[in-house]
Amino acid sequence: MEQFAQQLLNGLFLGSIYALIALGYTMVYGVLRFINFAHGDVFMLGAFSGLYLNRWLGPSLASLHWSISLTIILVLSMLICAALGILIEFLAYRPLRNRPRLNVLITAIGVSLLIEYTGQHPAVFGATQQPFPALIPANNISLTGNLAVTNTQMIVFVTVVLLLVALRYIVMKTRMGLAMRALSLNPTASALMGVNNSVVISFTFGLGSALAAAGGILYASLYPSVEPFMGIMPGLKAFIAAVLGGIGNIPGAALGGLIIGVTETLVGGYSSVVGLPTGYKDGVAFVILILILLFKPSGLLGKTEREKV
Amino acid sequence: MSQGLKLENATIQFGGLKAVSDLTFHVEPGTIFGLIGPNGAGKTTVFNMITGVYTPTAGSIHFNGISLPGHQPHQITPLGIARTFQNIRLFPSLSVFDNVRTAMRMHLTGGMGRALLRGRAWRDEEATVEANVMDLLEIFDLGKLRHEMATSLPYGDQRRLEIVRALATKPKLLLLDEPAAGMNPTEKEVLMHLIKFIRDKFDIAIMLVEHDMKVVMGICTRIAVLEYGIKIAEGSPAEIQSDPKVIAAYLGTEETAPV
Amino acid sequence: MKRYQAQITLLAALLISFAVSRISGQMNDYYLDIVLTAGISVILAVSLNLVNGHTGQFSLGHAGFMAVGAYGASVVSIEMGPPLLRLFGSSEAGQGVAFLAALVIGGLAAALCGWIVGVPSLRLRGDYLAIVTLGFNEIIRVILQNTKPDGVFGGALGLGGIPSTTSIFWVFGAAAVCIYVVTAMIGSTWGRGFLAVRDDEIAAGSMGINTTRYKVTAFVVGAFFAGVGGGLYAHQKGAINPEGFNFLKSVDVVVMVILGGMGSTVGVIAAAIVLTGLNEYLRDFEQYRMIIFSLLLIIMMIVRPQGLLPATLFQKKGRTA
Ligand SMILES: Nc1ncnc2c1ncn2[C@@H]1O[C@H](COP(=O)(O)OP(=O)(O)OP(=O)(O)O)[C@@H](O)[C@H]1O
Ligand SMILES: [Mg+2]
Repeated sequence: MEQFAQQLLNGLFLGSIYALIALGYTMVYGVLRFINFAHGDVFMLGAFSGLYLNRWLGPSLASLHWSISLTIILVLSMLICAALGILIEFLAYRPLRNRPRLNVLITAIGVSLLIEYTGQHPAVFGATQQPFPALIPANNISLTGNLAVTNTQMIVFVTVVLLLVALRYIVMKTRMGLAMRALSLNPTASALMGVNNSVVISFTFGLGSALAAAGGILYASLYPSVEPFMGIMPGLKAFIAAVLGGIGNIPGAALGGLIIGVTETLVGGYSSVVGLPTGYKDGVAFVILILILLFKPSGLLGKTEREKV
Repeated sequence: MSQGLKLENATIQFGGLKAVSDLTFHVEPGTIFGLIGPNGAGKTTVFNMITGVYTPTAGSIHFNGISLPGHQPHQITPLGIARTFQNIRLFPSLSVFDNVRTAMRMHLTGGMGRALLRGRAWRDEEATVEANVMDLLEIFDLGKLRHEMATSLPYGDQRRLEIVRALATKPKLLLLDEPAAGMNPTEKEVLMHLIKFIRDKFDIAIMLVEHDMKVVMGICTRIAVLEYGIKIAEGSPAEIQSDPKVIAAYLGTEETAPV
Repeated sequence: MKRYQAQITLLAALLISFAVSRISGQMNDYYLDIVLTAGISVILAVSLNLVNGHTGQFSLGHAGFMAVGAYGASVVSIEMGPPLLRLFGSSEAGQGVAFLAALVIGGLAAALCGWIVGVPSLRLRGDYLAIVTLGFNEIIRVILQNTKPDGVFGGALGLGGIPSTTSIFWVFGAAAVCIYVVTAMIGSTWGRGFLAVRDDEIAAGSMGINTTRYKVTAFVVGAFFAGVGGGLYAHQKGAINPEGFNFLKSVDVVVMVILGGMGSTVGVIAAAIVLTGLNEYLRDFEQYRMIIFSLLLIIMMIVRPQGLLPATLFQKKGRTA
């Protein structure tokens, strides 16, 4: 029982990061109706900017409390990736607006590969795994009984919650958030109502990429090693989380992330009990995806969209 | 078993919106039945329910005694119902000829096996299909354009081609969704003759959704009027033209407000 | 004679591949290897083109089907080779029949998987399908990777000791059959249904076309030839492992289809050959190879999404089929 609770808890921490990445997929899908395949790579870039910022700024930040230097690195990385996200949209996706969705998807795959293989070049990040610095000093917090939680896990979780609250505020309470919602309901109408759709789309990419960057740093804090392909799997799983929750639906993405994280951890922890290889946990998300698309393609919280004929 | 198309209390709801409610009418064989109403009244939705694109949430639809709801579009077409679309839906990467040819596929007896072996049976069947397609195209004056890409045709020809493609499935009932849209008065005149010609030549019933009153009144045997998904009138063109409720619906006078 | 043009062309292609394979012994091994790789790429690209090009579905899982075929054929060769040879005799012809059996069994296993993936595709379109097929690719890889290292599939280390039976004859024979099947299907009235499904599913449905059946057929046939391609690949390399069939391998094939022109068999064949050559040429610039390919993908989509040799290029006026 206690082991189960422990697994559940671990899954929750992992899932909270998936949730953060899933939000980017869902928001972009909301405004553009396409899967930004390169989102997982922005996550990777977030982790690497954390790595490099720490390397360059580390000495000057050394005198500060770790929480302040963490915040500085996190915010800077988020800004860098927001800019990159906006740039990617501007260069690769904007020329394809109003083209078939498949063409945009193919471009997104191209962008994704371009980022990964450019990153792999020795002059950029290099192909080998690099250790990620402990931005959060490690020590174990014991909860009741035998439940163990590291303070990295706690900080990660708290940061995710703070970011989600901030996102909710932006989407529900600001003019830009209102414009995002209008655009996702009806692009033509929102343009007619005076919304500058291009600006809103750029903003959405920026926002989603910033969250992915935060996700990258937090993920690398939990699993402290980074490499240029590290974004593929978490990216795909986060995408599945977005679909599971109902693509385009923000609370759905958060919920989906948690479910994927928990299921994956539980399968990893218990598959040996039922005699399955633990490696199967990497396939769980895809099985969930296929099941959800078969039985409830609109996702848990999503609305069905029917093509008008 | 009753012949023709019969809707009884057909209803469809999209979320909170009842796009069509309790619609009942009967299209008899060999007639031209008009379905009119203001924008958003639910006319296209009626076509979509009949052809299986949407499933009605209540009520029944029968064609020659067979219940339609629950069938897929590709299962309904072989029963003898074909349609055109309000926003033309030709196959853009296929030629005029191939657009019609795909519709003939339904009458093939052989499938993949024959296509791979390419034996005598296959060649004979392809030759028949080719001849049938050319016959149809010639009847509608599209023979010369057979190698053109369908979507490179002028608008009026595209509408005509869509009708030919529907006819290639050999329907007993043809549903036309705003065939006169975007046509000039002369083209509309030609279209009216064409629709009557189709009815007589192929001996089929036609259901016509159309905003142009001259076209509707000129060729329909019977007309039903929809407003907000509800049928407000049905009758001969003369009856419809003098119906105060219809006039009110179209002119939007204050008298429409229910007392 | 003109009536049987397609069949005669196929027969001629088979005979020529046989004749060439008789003299390929003199060929430099390095070049022979490239030629075989190019031929296998042609099989993969033409079969994927049936799904992604002609039928307008977007599969990102071709390497998954290839893996099933590769493992299926290899297991047949390794585990059942001796009994098969006893059955057919160990003469050259007997070995040929045994290899054919291995390839076909691998292909059928892949086709079965194609059917399993094709069925959910009936509900999904475009980008969702892409992700599901990618997911399927990953599931296959994960399953293979987690098999027992001493079992028939060899776990993460993969399988070795696969007989090197693949020759010019087998590769080009299979490529000829694959091209024949795809063009014969598409060129018939029945096969025009694939293009109709791609162009407009709703309109196709209302023409009486069972869109689901066509999509599943495309998946099954595409997967079959991917499986055969995989079997040939395994018997060319002599050793395979699950990582070699990851989703980047699928992307390689997708790039060929897109560059050649989705729906254009000639374009896709040309792209498969050129890209295989380019791969070799860029071998010394491995770090730049994928950077160039991914840039190519992006630029193509922006500048020339129909591909370099689109199908419309080959549609002669005055001919219909
Ligand atoms: N798939 C759908 N989902 C939600 N609402 C729909 C859907 N299809 C149609 N509607 C709604 O049903 C109502 C009727 O639409 P319909 O297209 O049938 O009208 P119409 O009479 O054909 O109008 P028009 O003359 O403009 O073609 C409209 O309010 C429309 O928005
Ligand atoms: Mg309409």
